[in-house]
Amino acid sequence: MIGRRKQDKAVPAVRREGASQSRTGLRDRLRAWLRHHRLSAADSMHRVMDNPVSSAMTWLVIGIALALPTGLNVALENISQLSASWDSPAQISLFLQDGISDDGARQLQADLAARADVAQARFVSRKEALEEFRALSGFADVLDSLENNPLPHLMLVSPADSAEQSAAAALRSQLQEHPDVAQAVLDMEWLQRLNSLMELGRRLVVAVAGLLVLGVLLILGNTIRLAIEGRREEIIIVKLVGGSNAFVRRPFLYTGLWYGVGGGLFAALLVAASLWFLAWPVTELAQLYQSDFRLAGLGIMGGLNLIILGGLLGLAGAWLAVTRHLVDIQPR
Amino acid sequence: MICFDRVSKRYAEGHDALREVSVDIGSDELVFITGHSGAGKTTLLRMIMLMERPTRGQVFVDGQDLASISPRGIPRHRRNIGVVFQNHRLLLDRTVFDNVALPLVIAGCDHREVGRRARAALDKVGLLQRERAMPVTLSGGEQQRVGIARAVVGRPGILLADEPTGNLDPALSAEIMQLFEEFNQVGVTVLIASHDLALISRLQHRIITLREGRLVAGSKA
Repeated sequence: MIGRRKQDKAVPAVRREGASQSRTGLRDRLRAWLRHHRLSAADSMHRVMDNPVSSAMTWLVIGIALALPTGLNVALENISQLSASWDSPAQISLFLQDGISDDGARQLQADLAARADVAQARFVSRKEALEEFRALSGFADVLDSLENNPLPHLMLVSPADSAEQSAAAALRSQLQEHPDVAQAVLDMEWLQRLNSLMELGRRLVVAVAGLLVLGVLLILGNTIRLAIEGRREEIIIVKLVGGSNAFVRRPFLYTGLWYGVGGGLFAALLVAASLWFLAWPVTELAQLYQSDFRLAGLGIMGGLNLIILGGLLGLAGAWLAVTRHLVDIQPR
Repeated sequence: MICFDRVSKRYAEGHDALREVSVDIGSDELVFITGHSGAGKTTLLRMIMLMERPTRGQVFVDGQDLASISPRGIPRHRRNIGVVFQNHRLLLDRTVFDNVALPLVIAGCDHREVGRRARAALDKVGLLQRERAMPVTLSGGEQQRVGIARAVVGRPGILLADEPTGNLDPALSAEIMQLFEEFNQVGVTVLIASHDLALISRLQHRIITLREGRLVAGSKA
């Protein structure tokens, strides 16, 4: 092309061709832009892969930082799933006074069942309770040697509105006042404690996640800063021949993206590996408690989300680093 | 094409690089800028490509006051200026072809167009057969010609060269100068900073002489 320009030197070539350069079609521009994205992505990938050891270390650091809160969250999910089966219905246990006969107790059961705020009342006589205890506890011989049955009559009351904790608590204190009742116990206090513990756990996870995400951003920012320093001369040359900031920024954003995506992948693998490591003892433990509970994993969507999150963090970290350091790199 | 109007440049440490320089350069001209090192040759060139802004005075390129160009507009401005550096400033981890193609890639040319024009530019400087080579395998003169190919591949209206023959022997230097003359003949404004008076006085072009930041000769064509 330059050779050809020599032949038509009579015309004011520069002006005309200068204009033709800015006439580069929008479609060509778009295609070139996409092409540069593709090339930058591939080039950044090559650079990341060219240093497998240091790249893998970066991935691992990001992976661990992301896996920690993710793993905690998965653990919390499992616990809340486990406790969901106990969440409702709340039940009030009424231990009756010693002197109450079977008939008296049945009368009380009928009275209770008729109440609007009671869904169900189940009567467990002291004899039944002893039989059950004998069967389950394995202390049959000891119990046989007792002269008297030490157990009281028991009434199991399910509140009508079991989801409403305050209603159940009010019902409990009402029943406590009943003359036939020795003690009324609402089996929810430990659940409340568990729930507040879980809430504490969730907040802890959020706080830890926030800190570690910040850490990931800093790690990525530092890694990208080193990459920028390593290519300082190249950046200067590109700026000298008219490269815009976006053009200079692009390969570094892709570098950040690859580090982030790799880190997310490592995090997903770490979480999956830990769950696999824990699955057998957890199942074993659950069987001992006659439960068929199984550890719930991250799932494919959870893993994908983790990788996407890693990618976004990578982009953000790279953006921060590039914005901060590119301004300093001016042709001198 | 290029107009300096009483331009002064004082650096932060108090050194005056340019003092009240006024000069007009037409679009069809090839102009040499000469003077001792530190006389302000490089500063003059750097102002044209906005690596430097004047402390006082105005610089116009193609009728546009450079003071009106914001930092965001600098890349676009530089795309119309080809620059040849004394130390070549090539990307050492890219092939000769990739180096020459860089300005076109930045400008967003279609990649077939990039290939065509980069090869044409390499052909022009006589290095077409070395397009796959890495810059370090080339001689100094060849590297300089790669730099020239990169400077002209985007068909800029202005070509700046800072000591382009600084490290070359006389025969190679003459060859390089001839290349610049050829670009000038097709309408490119060429500014060459050089202290090789023996070489440039043989060529019949305007010579601007700077001494301690002042323009002492060559202000008029």
